[in-house]
This record gives sequence, C-alpha cells and structure tokens, in this order.
Amino acid sequence: MTALLEVADLHIGFGGLAAVRGASFTVNKGETHCLVGESGCGKSVTALAMMGLLPANAERRTAALRFDGQDIAGLSEREMSRLRGDRIAMIFQEPMTSLNPAYTVGSQMGEVYRRHRGGTRQAALDRAAELLERVRITSPGMRLGQFPHQLSGGLRQRVMIAMALMCEPELLIADEPTTALDVTVQAQILRLLADLQTELGLAILMITHDLGIVARTAHRVSVMYAGEIVETAPVFPLFAEPRHPYTRGLLSCVPVPGKVGRDEPLGSIRGTVPRIGPNFAGCAFRDRCDLARPDCSSPVVRHTLASEHSYLCQIAP
Amino acid sequence: MRALRNAGLCVGAVIVGFTLLVAIFAPILATQDPFAQDLSRRLIVPFWMEGGSTNHLLGTDQLGRDYLARLIYGARISMLIGIMTVVTSGAIGVAMGVIGGFFGGRIDDMILFAITARLSIPLILVALAVVSLVGSSLTVVVMTLGLLLWDRFAVVARVSTMQIRTLDFVAAAWSAGCSRPRILLREVLPNILSPLAVVATLEMALAILLEAALSFLGLGVPPPLPSWGLMIAEAKDYMFFSPWVIMVPGLSLCALVFGINLLGDGLRDLLKTGRTT
Amino acid sequence: MLHLLIRRLAVAFLVCITVLTFAFALTRLSGDLAISIAGPSATAADIEVVRKAYGLDRPVVEQFFDWVGRAAVGDFGQSYFYKERVSKLIVDRLPVTMTLGLVGLGIALLVALPLGVVSALNEGRVIDRVISLVALLGQAMPSFWLGLILMVTLGLKLGWLPISGTGSWEHFVMPGIVLAFSAIPALMRLTRSGMIDAMNADYIRTARAKGLSRTSIVLKHAARNAAMPVVSIAAVQLGFMLGGSIVIETVFALHGVGFLAWESISKNDFPTVQAVVLMLAIIYTLLTLGADLLNALLDPRLRAQ
Ligand SMILES: Nc1ncnc2c1ncn2[C@@H]1O[C@H](COP(=O)(O)OP(=O)(O)O)[C@@H](O)[C@H]1O
Ligand SMILES: [Mg+2]
Repeated sequence: MTALLEVADLHIGFGGLAAVRGASFTVNKGETHCLVGESGCGKSVTALAMMGLLPANAERRTAALRFDGQDIAGLSEREMSRLRGDRIAMIFQEPMTSLNPAYTVGSQMGEVYRRHRGGTRQAALDRAAELLERVRITSPGMRLGQFPHQLSGGLRQRVMIAMALMCEPELLIADEPTTALDVTVQAQILRLLADLQTELGLAILMITHDLGIVARTAHRVSVMYAGEIVETAPVFPLFAEPRHPYTRGLLSCVPVPGKVGRDEPLGSIRGTVPRIGPNFAGCAFRDRCDLARPDCSSPVVRHTLASEHSYLCQIAP
Repeated sequence: MRALRNAGLCVGAVIVGFTLLVAIFAPILATQDPFAQDLSRRLIVPFWMEGGSTNHLLGTDQLGRDYLARLIYGARISMLIGIMTVVTSGAIGVAMGVIGGFFGGRIDDMILFAITARLSIPLILVALAVVSLVGSSLTVVVMTLGLLLWDRFAVVARVSTMQIRTLDFVAAAWSAGCSRPRILLREVLPNILSPLAVVATLEMALAILLEAALSFLGLGVPPPLPSWGLMIAEAKDYMFFSPWVIMVPGLSLCALVFGINLLGDGLRDLLKTGRTT
Repeated sequence: MLHLLIRRLAVAFLVCITVLTFAFALTRLSGDLAISIAGPSATAADIEVVRKAYGLDRPVVEQFFDWVGRAAVGDFGQSYFYKERVSKLIVDRLPVTMTLGLVGLGIALLVALPLGVVSALNEGRVIDRVISLVALLGQAMPSFWLGLILMVTLGLKLGWLPISGTGSWEHFVMPGIVLAFSAIPALMRLTRSGMIDAMNADYIRTARAKGLSRTSIVLKHAARNAAMPVVSIAAVQLGFMLGGSIVIETVFALHGVGFLAWESISKNDFPTVQAVVLMLAIIYTLLTLGADLLNALLDPRLRAQ
C-alpha cells in the first residue's frame, strides 16, 4: 500500500466561516477512499482544494498536500494545470451542466488529450472513441459528433468519466457522481467505476452522502462532519463497529436488510449542520448528539482503535 | 469596493440634486437676464481666460447674452424635460407592462407586440418629424418623447409583474377575494417600484440627451429658450475660434447625464445586494 | 427551428404593417398636409393646386391604401423636394449610412468586447469599476457634441481627419467613432455580465479540472457562451445606430439616409420621410431576425428545436 494522495491538517475558510477544519486523510494507489457526510459538511470544498480549484474567496491552509510524494500545495496555477486532467482527474455531481453546451462531445474530450499529450485532432478523436467504448457507450463514433443536450443524464456522466480518463490519470476525484441520476443508472455507473479501477489501477476519492454507495465501493471511509474528519476506518470495521455518534447516526438512517426489521422505525439525526464561526471550540456535533456531556465543549481528543481506525470524540473506546 | 459604489450613488445624487436646485431657483441664481441681447458685448470669454470679465462669469454668446444665466435657465429645461418625460412615458409603460404581465395570454401577446413595434420605430427620426409637423414647443417635445420612451418601462414592469404574480402574497390576496384593480394597485405596483426606479433614471438621461439632440437640430425647444442643446447649435459656428462656447453647455449636459446614470447604477447595485442579503 | 422561424417572420410582417400605418398617420399629424407643403407664403389658390396635384383631395382611406399598395412593391412615390423617385433617393444614399453603421459597430465591438471581458475577469476589482465608470461617462456624452469636439480636436487642431463630407474612407472615421460611443456601454455591459455568468458556470469548472490553459478557458469555453446575448444586442444596437445616424450625418454632412431624412423633414418632403421611417423599421426588424438566426447557429440547443 503506497500513498498516492496525502492531506494533512487542511483548513478552508470563507470569510469568517470555516468550511474545513484540520482534515487529514490518505488515498492509497488503486484504492477507493470514500468521503461521506451530510450536505454542507465541506466535502466538495475539500475535493476542489485537492485540485486547486477553490473559488477566489476561499482561503486554504494545509500542513501537507502531497501527490505521489510531490508537494502540490505550493505549485503555481500553471504547474497545477499540468497535473489536472492528466494525472488527477475529477468528475462532478451535475452531469447536466458540467459539459459545455456549445461544443460536441468529441471536441470536449479531444481537447484534454491534446492539451496534455499533444497530437493531431484525429488521434484525440480516436482516443475519445476508444474511451467511450470503455465506458460502455454504444456507437461511439456517432456520440462524438453529438452535443451534450442530445444525451441523457446517465450518458453525460459516462462521457464525463470517459473524458476524465482520457489521459489515464492515477487519481480520480468523483464528487457525488451519481447523486443526480436514476437508481438503475446509479448502479451502472458505480459498477463501471469499479471495473475501471481494476482495469486501470485507478485510485478514487469518492465523495458521497449515501452510505449505500460507501458499502458498495469503498476500501476506506472517512466520515466528515462540519469540516472535520470525525471518524476514519477501513470499510468493514466502520460498518461493524462505528464509534463516533455521528457515524452511528448516519448508519441508523439506512435500512440494512437482516439488521433492521420491517416495522422498526429508521433512525434520524435531529437538527442540521451548524455554521462554524471563528471562535468555535469543542465538538461541532454536540448539539445534535444524544450522548453529549459537559466536556464536549472543550477541545476534543482523537482516539485510535486499531492502526487504521480513529475517531474524534470525548467518549473513550 | 462597496464604499466606491456608494460613493458613485452619492456623487450622482449630489449632481442631480444640485442641478434640480439650480433649476428651481434659477430666477434667484441668475443675476442677469438670459434673454437680454447686447450686440456690443458679443462672445466675451469666461472670466478665467484672458480678456474675461467678472461681469459675465462664463462670458457671453454670439448675441451678447450672459452665458451663465442661459446655462442656469437651461438646467430648468433639461430637468423639466427629464422629469415630465419620465412621468408621461412611465405612466404609459408601467400601465402596459403591468397589464400584460398580470393578465398574460392574448393581452400579453398584444403588449409584447406593441413593444416590438415601438422598438422598430426609429426614435430620433420620428421625434423630429412629429415636432416638425406639429410645431416646436416645450410641450410638444415632452409629449413626443413621453409617447416614444415607454418601451423599457413596459418591458421591466411586465417581467417584474410576472414574477410577482406567482408569489404567495398575491395568491393570498386573490383568495381573500380582492378585486383585480385592487390587487394591481395595492399588491403588484408597490413591489415592482424599485426596478422601475432604475429604469426611470435611464429614461430621464435618455430624454435629456434626446431633447438636446432635437434642439441641436433645430426641432426641439424653440429659440430663444436657452436649452443646452440649442446653445451648442447656436454656438457651433464659433467653435473653431472659441471652443469654450460649446464646451460650457456640453460639459453641463455631460455632467447632468453622468450624474443621473451614476444614480441609476448605484440604485441598481443597492437593489441587487439588498436582494441577496 | 422552422416553427420558430415562421413565428418570427409573421411577427416581423405584422410589425412592418404597423409601422406602415404609423408612418402614414404620422404625416397627417399636422392636419392639412397641403398647407404644409405649399409653404407659409402660399395663397388659398396655391394650396388648392397642391392639394389636387398630390392627390390630397381624395378620402384619407383611399390615400392610405393607395400608398400601402405602392409601398408594398417598393414604390414610395415622387419626392416633393428632390423631384426624384423616393426609392432611388434611398437606394443611392443607403451605402453611406450602411458603411457608417458598420464602421460604428466595428469600432464599438473592438472597444466593448475586450473591455467587457477584462471587466468580467476582474469583477469587483478597481479596474472593473474604472471601466464601468468610463463607459458611464461615455454614455453621458451627447453624440452631436462629441462630434463637434472631435471636429475641433482631430480635425482642426491636429488635422488628422477631414472635418466633413463623404469623399473617402477617412470621412467615416470620426462619425464612426461618435456612433460607436452610443453603443459601447450597452455592448460592454452585456459582454461583462455574459462573461461573468459563463465563468461561473459548471462547465468552466470542468474545463479547469481538465487542466486547460486560461486562454482556452476564457476565449473558447466562456466567450462562446457569452456571445449569444452579445450578438442579439449588437444587432439591436446596429439598428439604433442607423436610426441615430440622422444626428451624426447632419453634424458631419455625410450624405446618407440620415441626412436625407433630415433634409426631407425640414423641407416638408413627406413621401421621403415616410419611406425612410418604414425602411429603418424594416432594417431593424431584419437585423433582430438575423440575430435570432445567428444565435440559433451558435447555440446547438436552439438549432435542434
Ligand atoms: N463559494 C463559496 N462561498 C462561500 N461559502 C462556500 C462556498 N462554497 C462552499 N461554501 C461553504 O462551505 C461549506 C461546505 O460546502 P460543500 O463543500 O459544498 O459541502 P458538501 O459538498 O459537503 O455538501 C458550506 O457551509 C458552504 O456554505
Ligand atoms: Mg457537495
């Protein structure tokens, strides 16, 4: 297991509000690492920070941001753009709007290849056709000449994936790639990603709020809450022995066949993700937590269970 | 940046307010008669130039009339035209837009068609022709511009009304059994006033510029009234020798219109930020 | 697409009919046209002669349909003042006005597009505010006054350009600049807001995630999408410019349609006035129609409809 992407103590703020607070995680080569949490927890911002694509009004601070052993936090925009699309690729939640409506699929796929690999337009189109076939799109030749609005959502997301794979990246960041799609299409896309991972040895940072997707795809899981990674573990221990009350809360919200009976009510977490101002201290989950104690408002310690499993809570194991 | 924006609004308000005051108090401010000719004292230069006199701070025109006095009375004409045109065209345009946006369907199609047709009619040309046919006077100019400049009011009022119509409080008024005119006047109109205020500034600026152009071409405000556009037209034969004769009224026009535009821009920004926060 | 086109054409046709009626009604505003034509020094007998000669003694409805019928086939009658066919007068003068309009639009686009893009890419910064302020200042300048100023400075003081007339291409530069001024603010603002919208779109984020160069992102991905509203407004502005050319042609003594309109208005030459109003309206309508079609070509989504 060699680390491909290492993040240590990542902080992202918007004005006075903190979106990410000291997040650390590692994505290993050929592995899927799931970042899971409710909407607004800072998952997308984290992903964008990896790519150097944060909006102009965001402030980023990090102890280390390494890709394949190289520090990429200090890279210039120009150097970063050499990595993006080539060695690190990203796909987004909104397949409907993520493709440029004015250009054909072929033109948009081809330009990544030509940017990073050079070559003729025809070579790029051939490569694009090859990848469309790889993501199981039939008659790729025809699709290359089509415009995004002529494709369904599922097809567009396949095109996005194919486009991301044009230059055989080592890391694919997928920000809720299936959230906007039908359930059946969702399953196809996830299977496709899994297949591609084995074929190409791709590392995936998969962002989702859906534990079902986590269960199906993840090797490792990091649970994010209000900008912090509150629990991180390989997928089996996490589902078997969740430690953080938030992780447990999330798990109680999904029906697990065999575990949850037909008429048993599903759990839910009351309240919403708080906004974190400048002088916030303690556990951000305490107002929503059934196990909250007075010492939850003082700085929280990180407990380590096994070498791979740690969580952020006052309650000792 | 915000400060800069508000600065724009303030500067605009100051310019427009100042011009308005000058226009209102013209008889007090002007120490000389703007119509009194004195052919022995023609084209005296402003006081800061060599040969100028403090008697005529901005000099005199080709007929020996005091330029400052004419400029001050000219502010009256510009402001009068600007305000009256906005009132007339605003009333027409808002009525059309609100009716179209509120009732929709056929009525809206007709209103939309009227706007399209109006936009295709060449503005200055028609205004010139009307004034030429009916005879030039301040009233004719105001009426002509008022009857021509309603399009933007109608467009904005129509779109805003369409947005308002679907909102809850209008639905509530419907279900409370309020009559249509009542809903239009009490619920819709007050809520579309702010975008209309921005349009009003735009149209006021446009009306002032158009009046100046008409008067410049001799088919606007008739002489000897001291319209700034007319002052430029009358002075243009002398501009190659004494450029200040066209600079003085021209810069005044520029400043006033710039002020109005600043005001409109400031209002727009204010409304935009007011909506998002 | 075809459906849209037919609908547009129908509306355009109706607009032309409306303007036709309007142009006719316009000339009857003064009450008795014969008095206006005959001039202030005419006797009652003179007026009667004029009335007969121009067919003004017929019922108004008859006159109207007569005029519409001829106008439909491009016959706008005889000019009272020039003693020539109005259609020939217009056709002779149109190239000058068209050249002026296109020069004006060209200058306006050359200035407005880069400024709008720079403004958008620096949204909210000082340079953006400065550009907006300059545009606002430009908008505040009366075109005829700006024309005179240019005549004094570029023409007289610096001697770079001819002051008035139609002889060479140089004669179009100053009027072109003046005409451009009136269109620059609107074009610039739209370019700016279109670019801001485009740069915030998801597909731009995708383009950045693909590692494309900044040039490609701005000029290929954003500009193409920002261009659509700009094309529409450019067509509208060109229409307004042709209408506004009446002032500028008069100032610079450029013998185009605007100058013709100005002369015929001051000479009470109603057939010419009517015809010019109608022609400018038709050109404007065609321009907006053309812009819609061009947009359909630019936007694959519209093309498919
Ligand atoms: N452009 C932005 N400007 C200001 N705040 C932002 C911006 N983008 C995201 N945020 C804030 O950052 C936090 C995390 O957002 P995000 O990463 O999109 O959440 P998630 O992807 O987990 O749903 C949110 O509180 C959001 O309000
Ligand atoms: Mg998100």
